Amino acid sequence: MMRGKPDEDDYWNSSKFKAFTFDDEDDDFTRLKESKRAVNSIRSLVEEEDEEDDVEKVSWSGEPVGSISWSVKETESSIRSTGEVRDQSFPKIHTAPSLPKNSSGYSLSSLFKGKAKTGSFQSFSESFGDPSIRNYAPELRKPKSEYKDYVSDWTPEETVKRMQQGKVYSLEKFRSLQDKLLLLDEAVNAHDGNVITAVLIYLKKSLSKEILFRELITREIALRHYIHYLKEIGEQKLLVELFKSMDRTEDMALMQYRDHLNVRDENKRRDFLKNCLSFPFSPDDATHVQDHYTLLERQIIIEANDKQVESSGQADIFKKYPRKASILNMPIITTLYYSCFYHYGESDGTFSSPANIRKTFRISDKQFLLTCLGARAKLKAWFDVDALFTTKNWLGYTKKRSPIGFHRIVDILQKNNAPVQVLQDYVNLVEDVEQKISLAQKYKCHDVIINTYRDLKDRQQLIVYRGKVEKGSSEYRKIEEILSNSQLRWKN
Amino acid sequence: MSAHLSYGRVNLNILREAARKELREFLDKCGGSKAIVWDEYLTGPFGLIAQYSLLKEHEVEKMFTLKGGRLPAADVKNIIFFVRPRLELMDIIAENVISEDKMHSPRDFHMLFVPRRSMLCEQRLKEQGVLGSFINIDEYILDLIPYDGDLLSMEDMHIDTTHECYLESDQTSLYHTAKGLMTLQALYGTIPQIFGKGECARHVANMMLRMKREFAGSQTQILPVFDSLLLLDRNVDLLTPLATQLTYEGLIDEVYGITNGYVKLPPEKFSAQKKQGEAGKDLPTEPKKMQLNSAEELYAEIRDKNFNGVGAALSKKAKIISAAFEERHSAKTVGEIKQFVSQLPHMQAARSSLANHTSIAELIKDITTSEAFFDNLTVEQEFMTGVDTDKVNTYIEDCIAQKDPLIKILRLVCMQSVCNNGLKQKLLDYYKREILQTYGYEHMLTLNNLEKTGLLKPQTSTRNNYPTIRKTLKLWMEDANEQNPNDISYVYSGYAPLSIRLTQVLARPGWRSIEEVLKMLPGPHFEERQQLPAGLHKKRQQGENRTTLVFFLGGVTYAEIAALRFLSQMEDGGTEYIIATTKLINGTSWIKSLMDRPEAQS
Repeated sequence: MMRGKPDEDDYWNSSKFKAFTFDDEDDDFTRLKESKRAVNSIRSLVEEEDEEDDVEKVSWSGEPVGSISWSVKETESSIRSTGEVRDQSFPKIHTAPSLPKNSSGYSLSSLFKGKAKTGSFQSFSESFGDPSIRNYAPELRKPKSEYKDYVSDWTPEETVKRMQQGKVYSLEKFRSLQDKLLLLDEAVNAHDGNVITAVLIYLKKSLSKEILFRELITREIALRHYIHYLKEIGEQKLLVELFKSMDRTEDMALMQYRDHLNVRDENKRRDFLKNCLSFPFSPDDATHVQDHYTLLERQIIIEANDKQVESSGQADIFKKYPRKASILNMPIITTLYYSCFYHYGESDGTFSSPANIRKTFRISDKQFLLTCLGARAKLKAWFDVDALFTTKNWLGYTKKRSPIGFHRIVDILQKNNAPVQVLQDYVNLVEDVEQKISLAQKYKCHDVIINTYRDLKDRQQLIVYRGKVEKGSSEYRKIEEILSNSQLRWKN
Repeated sequence: MSAHLSYGRVNLNILREAARKELREFLDKCGGSKAIVWDEYLTGPFGLIAQYSLLKEHEVEKMFTLKGGRLPAADVKNIIFFVRPRLELMDIIAENVISEDKMHSPRDFHMLFVPRRSMLCEQRLKEQGVLGSFINIDEYILDLIPYDGDLLSMEDMHIDTTHECYLESDQTSLYHTAKGLMTLQALYGTIPQIFGKGECARHVANMMLRMKREFAGSQTQILPVFDSLLLLDRNVDLLTPLATQLTYEGLIDEVYGITNGYVKLPPEKFSAQKKQGEAGKDLPTEPKKMQLNSAEELYAEIRDKNFNGVGAALSKKAKIISAAFEERHSAKTVGEIKQFVSQLPHMQAARSSLANHTSIAELIKDITTSEAFFDNLTVEQEFMTGVDTDKVNTYIEDCIAQKDPLIKILRLVCMQSVCNNGLKQKLLDYYKREILQTYGYEHMLTLNNLEKTGLLKPQTSTRNNYPTIRKTLKLWMEDANEQNPNDISYVYSGYAPLSIRLTQVLARPGWRSIEEVLKMLPGPHFEERQQLPAGLHKKRQQGENRTTLVFFLGGVTYAEIAALRFLSQMEDGGTEYIIATTKLINGTSWIKSLMDRPEAQS
């Protein structure tokens, strides 16, 4: 098949591997047809009664009529259709309650309180289905908690528990560093992220960052929460400081680099990236960031230049193929493609020449060839395509070589509507004979097929093929000619 | 609507009823007429708990989606916001509340946080100066939502579990997992045995044991429904979600994506069904949305089959239905005709179900018979069987050169890395460079995330232990039978998911037999016992199956679920499984959740 392993089919059919195939005797596809036919035949006899069954009603978009998302849509559309009529009455003095109401506790906790009525749970699984069962559903919500003891000297443990239960609490009384840390440790022990974050917010307010950072180093879970919290509220600067103090410089660098995505203006983005170059990235990432910066820098230059050339109407290529989009912020391979399209043949010295881009960004031979091929084929510059593969040896003979199998080259050319004359040159270069023939058949390169069969001395195949081509066509005549050639020694 | 939840081994409707009761109680707290403003994300999961009718019974008259600006007009006493605790949502709500105040309208505001209230969010409301405008701020604990008779999911309500478990974050989701398991135990009894593998599993088990100690003395007096709990970290088995699922349901999810039990399908195949004569008159352009669960008899029958077995099952069903309709000819007496007519609605439902699934199967078939699908699967199977995992793969190279979707590339490269216990530095660098050059340098952030999770990594030791794991656990079965499976490997046409093998071995003969392999997999493995109150020890009947809850921390795929259902149904299996997870995933959604700014990818 397509992927260049000569005996791939054998390989699959042989032993170990089982691909997901459908060509069993009992073809699945025919079965689908069968069930479809059955469905259709049934329909005809029940057409009238249409959907009058007790199956739940479903709107076309599939939501059961009466589901929540369905009815949200319904109310919204009805509102839209009636227009946004609002109550335009006189303003009244509004007295909003100024104190936050502290309501509800952790409702689940009631489940774990030793209430006597849990005894009735025993019969749960068996007795379900009885309509009265609703009343057995456990008390998931607890009556409002007692507010009475507002301020007192709760221990860290008690405080955390109250926080978890949604009761009134006060952190202000934890004044000394030691008390604060005890509170933090207690919160971490309880594993409730909500509580841990609340304590951290208090510590952030009441401790200097140096001290807080220092203490967090030895408290990994609290540290994670703190990082998460800072990310959530977007305190980028503080986060950078934190990473710095923790010696996590690579994280810090990456996080700052990430911010370039928020910079819209290309010049500012370029400057931002330039600024990133000094960050302590890992060696690999440093290279990537450097490339990123260089790339954008060039794109800005190329874009400005090409825009000007295009609007002045100086270059044919832009007239013939107007640019569809700006090249800014495109990946390097796309940029290379652009360069091969609009700037082919420029001297190595220019920023926009393919050769220069290839060298600067260390593009692999394969990638370069594929990209270049794609661009030149798109322009139907078959001569350029040819040149890409032609090498000369020391005797001056030319030969076609490619770092990629020629079958792939053929595919790419075909996708770009290369004419048969061009295609068959490359089909001929495919080494594996079977693959060559199957490609030639796929793309109707008659000459290749005929010549290959002739070279194989395969008279039978040639006769078969004669039946496939149009009578009287040049291919037909060619086959006739070969078959009648008495010099040839056929193998069959 | 929910009957299918109670047919299984464990009646999951109890959980749903508990959730509904709590919802009713909250609504009754806000007396008078109400309008609900929905965080759109929540309507899906809530749909699994309640219908609009329930809300209506409790005086909910209008419902809106949360949007900035002014709230729509509605003559109601209460406005209730149903939202996830997210800071960006708080800002929108603040905007709503502030513009409402200007109108001096007398409506009361309430807030219901789902699944937990958050002090961070409340602080944000305070900063915005609107906290005081709320009469009532509450939380609606929605940890485990019943998706089917044997399936519970937290569906990532707690921010992003994948991120949380593996990338740096606050692990809150693990706490909520433990909480969710406590709720389950309150409803279904203490689970006597807890097994686990992986760091997160250990964490969750510790929290559960601690919570249990804290509520000591408040033992629920319920006969335990579950015999054991198995907690599995996703990073114990990074390989399985990367492979393309080959069950019917798995493929639907791979190709179209299932969310909250619904799938959206291209409408063309379905429109012609209505009335043949009028086809083409007005083709619907909106996708066709369908609900998928075991309430539909046919779907329950075929969902877990290998796709190669689906055609046969559908045609068998077609014959049965045709035969049933033919019976009308033999119905002679009034009584017989009456009986035939009484069955008509059921038959028609079966007919339309068959029609739908035939169409879906055709859609899927177009994909699975394509060359691209075949080539991709070929490479996956090469990796899973250990062929050339240490070399540059030309197919991956070609896909990059063709600019195939980045997620597809990442899935394959990660798979190669996992199957090779990391890639040689040179190879890893090569792939990384190709990806960055083709898709853009900013993706180094995504690659970085993948490295942090271990999905992509440089080979540190020269020893690749994947082959040992594969052989010991029999992860590759040569002759997987797709039509009449005798082993779980049928779900991936040859590959037996590692996670499910671990589950299978645990049930019989026990993990002691695979100590060596367990040590090769990341994280600790453990066993804990929870004391049951006297008198609640289950006396097992001869031949009675055990019930095990398998909890996947970090996500589970439909193919894995299918494999567990297969084990439940095995005649001499001895164990039935209920499945719980933080999220239902497939390779694509999983990789996407690990990407930096996935929204930038189309």
